[in-house]
Amino acid sequence: MKQIAVVSGKGGTGKTTITASFVALAHNIVVADCDVDAPDLHLLLHPQIIETQEFKGSKLAVVDETKCIECGSCRNACRFDAVNNDFQVDPFLCEGCGVCVVVCPEEAVSLKERISGYAFISKTAYGIMSHARLNPGEANSGKLVTLVRHNARQIAEKENGDLILIDGPPGIGCPVIASVSGVDVGLAVAEPTISGIHDLERALRLLNHFNVTPFVCINMYDINRNNTERIIKFCEKNEVEVAGKIAFDPIVTEAMVAGETVVSHSPDSRVSQEIKTVWQRILRDAREQIK
Amino acid sequence: MIISVASGKGGTGKTTVAVNMALSVKDVQLLDCDVEEPNVHLLLRHKINETKPVYILVPQVNEELCNHCGKCSEFCEYSALFVSSKKVLIFPELCHACGGCLIVCPKNAIGEKRRKIGTVRMGVAGDMELVYGELEVSEPMPVPVIREVKKQIRNNNTVIIDSPPGTSCPVIESVYKSDYCILVTEPTPFGLHDLKMMVQVLEEIKIPFGVVINRAGIGDRKVYEYCGKKGVPILLEIPFQRRVAELYSRGIPFVKEIPEWKKRFQFLLDDVKERLNR
Repeated sequence: MKQIAVVSGKGGTGKTTITASFVALAHNIVVADCDVDAPDLHLLLHPQIIETQEFKGSKLAVVDETKCIECGSCRNACRFDAVNNDFQVDPFLCEGCGVCVVVCPEEAVSLKERISGYAFISKTAYGIMSHARLNPGEANSGKLVTLVRHNARQIAEKENGDLILIDGPPGIGCPVIASVSGVDVGLAVAEPTISGIHDLERALRLLNHFNVTPFVCINMYDINRNNTERIIKFCEKNEVEVAGKIAFDPIVTEAMVAGETVVSHSPDSRVSQEIKTVWQRILRDAREQIK
Repeated sequence: MIISVASGKGGTGKTTVAVNMALSVKDVQLLDCDVEEPNVHLLLRHKINETKPVYILVPQVNEELCNHCGKCSEFCEYSALFVSSKKVLIFPELCHACGGCLIVCPKNAIGEKRRKIGTVRMGVAGDMELVYGELEVSEPMPVPVIREVKKQIRNNNTVIIDSPPGTSCPVIESVYKSDYCILVTEPTPFGLHDLKMMVQVLEEIKIPFGVVINRAGIGDRKVYEYCGKKGVPILLEIPFQRRVAELYSRGIPFVKEIPEWKKRFQFLLDDVKERLNR
């Protein structure tokens, strides 16, 4: 089984738009939306949920006020400044480490599990989708990503699927690392802006660190052709293949408003052809790796 | 006054709003808390005066004292330690540096060593003070770097914080304890969906907020309908113009080329101040 992840570093470069079109182009593929703290893929693929799992990510310290003697041991020991002057725990600062539990002389503090989100297994018009929703403000998105990928793998194994497509979150931190570790092919979607180039460079370093075969796709390349050239040169120098370029086209937003993938909304458009080219290129690589 | 700029969805124009706003008013401290992909400094001609490494403390086991009782790994909520009968394995990238393993070790066999996970850079851009953080590639935890960036806040001026995308812990860390949050969105289904998630976050942590609609004119009217129904103020609209997009692509804040926008950003900040004083 091979796994392809779509990443970007910078947000809003078109990961989800491109992933959704890949799903529509592919057959017999399991898709995993690993952007668990701002998932959008469902807005284009309209999954029908067949299974929901509770996700217990981090714990929360709870003080029993009837036992608390206000000695301040917990406040002194907490490195996250999560205990305030009234000896109450700030749930947004608490990382659920449990130091307060061990230092409390009165056994007044305990760790409680909290439901941090939900994982879903769903059906779409194109196949099975594994996705999730982290409750707003929660920590531990990396763990939830790991659960989403685990679910995707299980489904793929059961259905004899040989490919998993991952829609990754922006950035390079824990949910991104959880999305790309152990992945075979990574498609970095870049936009030809100064920020886009900077962020692409960091995203490619991350793929390299995790031994993921990198490809680059330049989205909205005609917004700045000089920068597009810079990205191409940068990729040549670093021996990263540019799998294709996609033009700026208002059709992409129109498709999103219609709740459709670009390739199903306007299959004959130039953008759809360009997306297809990129998909065929990375699919070929993934298939070769399978052989 | 501390104003954070956030969005939920990536690429909606947080950095554009933060930088253009900062360039439009005097006596500003601009902080880039998107330490995974900091972009603010790319849009400003600036000079860095001070660079500070960001460390977190990770456990270090003195094997001579360790009796492999396993209390540390039993305690650790993040599975950052694994104790076998002969050796203790430490997974530093899983460690949150809570210091709990030191406390629970009965043999005092655990100490700590520093591990560098990022850098904070401080400098000036014109008469603006600039601070930004950078997480090292392959490091998973941005929050300690964000904390270091926020430690540089001097509260006697206008502080503008550029936040990372998303709605999870790095975003909370960035916007937490700001007086007001400006949510930048675009009028599309993705923009609306992620805006709603960010609204939930801010309602929960009780930070007042308003919306800036970027790329106005594309997409549909649903963001407007939502804001109307919810009573969320729309503070500013930035119409979609190819020229603005091109300027951004070249790394040029558009108030520099289209100066009439400076007034609108000043007005935006005055509006926020007024709302806070109400």
